Amino acid sequence: MPKSWFLRIGLVTGLLFLYLPILLLVILSFNANRSVAVWSGFSFHWYRELFNDQQLLSAAWLSVQVAFVSATFAVVLGTLAGLMLARFGAFRGRALFSGMVSAPLVMPEVILGLSLLLLFVSLEQLTGWPEGRGMLTIILSHITFTMAFVTVVVQSRLVSMDASLEEAAMDLGARPAKVFFVITLPIIAPAIVSGWLLAFTLSLDDLVITSFVSGPGSTTLPQVVFSSVRLGLSPKINALATIVVAIVAVGIIIAGIYNARQERMRQLDEKMAAQG
Amino acid sequence: MAAISNPVPGGSRNSAGLVPPEPVEPVTSGQAPGGAGAAEPGPRGSGLGLLSRFRPGRGVVMAIPYGWLLLFFLIPFLIVLKISLSEAQLAIPPFTPLTETLAEEGRTVITLFWDNYRRLTGDDLYIIAYLNSLWIAFVSTIFCLLIGYPVAYAIAKADPRWRAPLLMLIILPFWTSFLIRVYAWIGILSDTGLLNNFLMMLGIIDSPLRILYTPTATYIGITYSYLPFMILPLYATLEKMDNTLLEAAADLGCPPWKAFLTITLPLSIPGMLAGSLLVFIPATGEFVIPELLGGPDTLMIGRVLWSEFFNNRDWPVASAVAIALLLFLVVPIMLFQNVQGRQQEAGRG
Amino acid sequence: MAMPPPTAAASPSRTAAKTTLEPWRDPQAKPYVRVEKVTKKFGDFTAVDDVSLSIYRGEFFSLLGGSGSGKTTLLRMLAGFEQPTEGRIFIDGVDMSGVPPYERPVNMMFQSYALFPHMTVEGNIAFGLHQDKVPKAEIQDRVREVLELVQLAQFGKRKPHQLSGGQRQRVALARALVKRPKILLLDEPLGALDKKLREQTQFELVNIQEKVGITFVIVTHDQEEAMTMSSRIAVMNRGYIAQVGTPTEIYEYPNNRFVAEFIGSVNTFSGRVIESAQDHSLVRSEEAGCDLYISHPSHIATGTPCWVAVRPEKVTISKDQPMGGEPGRNQTQGVVKEIAYLGDVSIYDVELDSGKRVRVTAPNVTRRTEMPITWEDRVHLSWRPFAGSVLTE
Repeated sequence: MPKSWFLRIGLVTGLLFLYLPILLLVILSFNANRSVAVWSGFSFHWYRELFNDQQLLSAAWLSVQVAFVSATFAVVLGTLAGLMLARFGAFRGRALFSGMVSAPLVMPEVILGLSLLLLFVSLEQLTGWPEGRGMLTIILSHITFTMAFVTVVVQSRLVSMDASLEEAAMDLGARPAKVFFVITLPIIAPAIVSGWLLAFTLSLDDLVITSFVSGPGSTTLPQVVFSSVRLGLSPKINALATIVVAIVAVGIIIAGIYNARQERMRQLDEKMAAQG
Repeated sequence: MAAISNPVPGGSRNSAGLVPPEPVEPVTSGQAPGGAGAAEPGPRGSGLGLLSRFRPGRGVVMAIPYGWLLLFFLIPFLIVLKISLSEAQLAIPPFTPLTETLAEEGRTVITLFWDNYRRLTGDDLYIIAYLNSLWIAFVSTIFCLLIGYPVAYAIAKADPRWRAPLLMLIILPFWTSFLIRVYAWIGILSDTGLLNNFLMMLGIIDSPLRILYTPTATYIGITYSYLPFMILPLYATLEKMDNTLLEAAADLGCPPWKAFLTITLPLSIPGMLAGSLLVFIPATGEFVIPELLGGPDTLMIGRVLWSEFFNNRDWPVASAVAIALLLFLVVPIMLFQNVQGRQQEAGRG
Repeated sequence: MAMPPPTAAASPSRTAAKTTLEPWRDPQAKPYVRVEKVTKKFGDFTAVDDVSLSIYRGEFFSLLGGSGSGKTTLLRMLAGFEQPTEGRIFIDGVDMSGVPPYERPVNMMFQSYALFPHMTVEGNIAFGLHQDKVPKAEIQDRVREVLELVQLAQFGKRKPHQLSGGQRQRVALARALVKRPKILLLDEPLGALDKKLREQTQFELVNIQEKVGITFVIVTHDQEEAMTMSSRIAVMNRGYIAQVGTPTEIYEYPNNRFVAEFIGSVNTFSGRVIESAQDHSLVRSEEAGCDLYISHPSHIATGTPCWVAVRPEKVTISKDQPMGGEPGRNQTQGVVKEIAYLGDVSIYDVELDSGKRVRVTAPNVTRRTEMPITWEDRVHLSWRPFAGSVLTE
């Protein structure tokens, strides 16, 4: 904790601002009453309702599938793009490429969604592919906008990595492709994992782009949530929020335990090195 | 030892380990490709970084992401531009099928295409929506800066042991659903919501304040949703700052508040700029937050685009709206890419 | 674990060999590495400027220079990480143009060591052998052997971050050695070690080089390091080679001002050649306040402006007129301005009548409670005819 009172208050205020709304959702998800202002007893009512909502469950399943496939492809593309930007020096068209990679980071989603939809429509007219809109078009769109985030993560890891490791491998006789798979990839693996998780989350969460490029048969979880909350409060969503928060919290705890173990190992290693 | 002491194939084994200079054939052929007396440097030998001499593999590596982005990012914009454009569109065949697609969906588009942009400038609705979007994004950015700066500064100043967990707390909400986090504010801000109940309980107000479905709710929602994007780059800049600068200032007789204003604040401008752009640009085109928290009169351009597209099914006007929005954002986006590029460079050095 | 002292067995052979084996003096000898008019440009910047070099088999060759002198770029061109803009490099007679690093018969030890963090010590060392598809059993043998050579036999299963700096340095060396390269390139191999370990390791590196007989090319900015270890040194400055020679030649007979001033400290007097003979040169210098007699030819025409370099330890300082010698030749006077007592030696800063400051190093042979020479004393400076060198540039 910082020493200055002003900074402490600032920090606590900021964190409260971030967490109070989420905390409220969690509490309200157990409220038997529909109203946010009246607490009429602890209840799992909204959870039961949530798990009986077939439309919501199938949308959730579709979202998970889409997110899994998109994140996986986005990681491959994003890693290649990161490699180009971090290692290929001044290749032809670099400025255009880095522009295209980083623009989706800030580009309003309505623009991305509209442009992708118009692409799919035009492509279908020209080539007959992709046929209609649905899971495929959602996945293609999600790959496109999430790969930008993967690229940033991978690129910054590559830039901070000691490039002489790759040179050393080459010097010892490994060809470039082998250097990448045997040296570079294992070293940047943590960045690739966090890139995947980031892409997965972004895909799972996306509403606007999906709304443009999805078809009648393919409704994702955010679309279902959106159509129910735009009409006002919907306590089922509180239960859903609580489940999401719980999953994230479990993930964080696991990561925390893993990190603590890594840290202990690191300290042991340091001791070992010092003793020689 | 013998295995190592004779590294040179064909060289004599010398117990002392020193290899005397024995006559060597001028060219030992077959040792390396392109070696035997090649007078001209190979075509691959231009040298542009580590992987440069591996052209074929490099080409494949480059073609995949490059091709993907061209197809799914650049070309779509050109299509949007094309469709938003007027007379040419009517005359050229590629666009006619598009109207047929619409016809299949039960509607024929008979909009005067060349009028798309004139409509944007002629109708107050659009102008107000654009100005409103910029204003709301600007105000929210300021709020993010005001709330985010102390938080980022506090984390950067915190004990190193605390920094990672605190940073984790900032990123954490980002991993939960954006939509759900916006939704949470409905329950807080509505007329019968928690905030009004709380204030009335305290006796500060007698009747509920109308906050939900007003621009105020939109400011709150945007600030809340984008706050981590402001804090992270700010933290990155502040954390890198050399602490001895402040010690030097103190040593030279500068009081802490003045040191903050004259040293910390100017040095953190890159972080403020990066964070502000990360908030401002997407916020300008925001759709979900004004739709859920703003009232019907909270016009933002993202909503206008959405309703032109989904409610009016007027794709060309939606495209024109998108292009115009993009024009508004070209300068901030270029600025962002500049800042982004410079930070990557700094990471390299 | 402490670094073992250099084994005595290998050392004598080196010194003996060094004086007898000097292939660079033999016009018949074929160079093992030939750098031919190599220039390397990065955009407008010329990192290496028209460099030609010959390195012979079994040498311990140093590229010595400050930062930006082009020494590392030259080393990287030998390794194949950079391609020369102009000129060619031959290794064992083979033109290396366009040959990528993974096909060159050279290995490099990196300044950062570049040990693969996700592999054990053994894995790191075996990496290069795996690339060459060496049979498994042989890999094991060779890894064990080289680990013994660098005295790390029991550390094979450790990861790099479980080792101390000195141990990592030896793993890096072992990894490069195990492939038995024709040339081993070392980029500041001792740069990351602390001073004490560095001095020990210098000798160990020389011993290992003798044992394995591999030609070493080393890049360093530390002149002491280069002087201690090398058979020959190439002093580099702003991309070109200022001088190539044995440590003695470089120190005693620098052939330009840059080398004289870069290696050790030196006094340079500007002057003009007034006699240029087969066995001596004579330079008149207003700055020195006397004529400078040098007992070797300068090959510079009479009347040419030049400089004469005299090392501080070769100057004798005394309060009395020195005995012998020709007055007005290699003898001058001045006033002591500064004295630094370093224990084994004292350094005197003497201002000549011309205003020129001269540095003199004198050993403290006796234990003195009071110094015979002190501030503002008028002193005589003198040196022998062989002490000076004539420099043009």
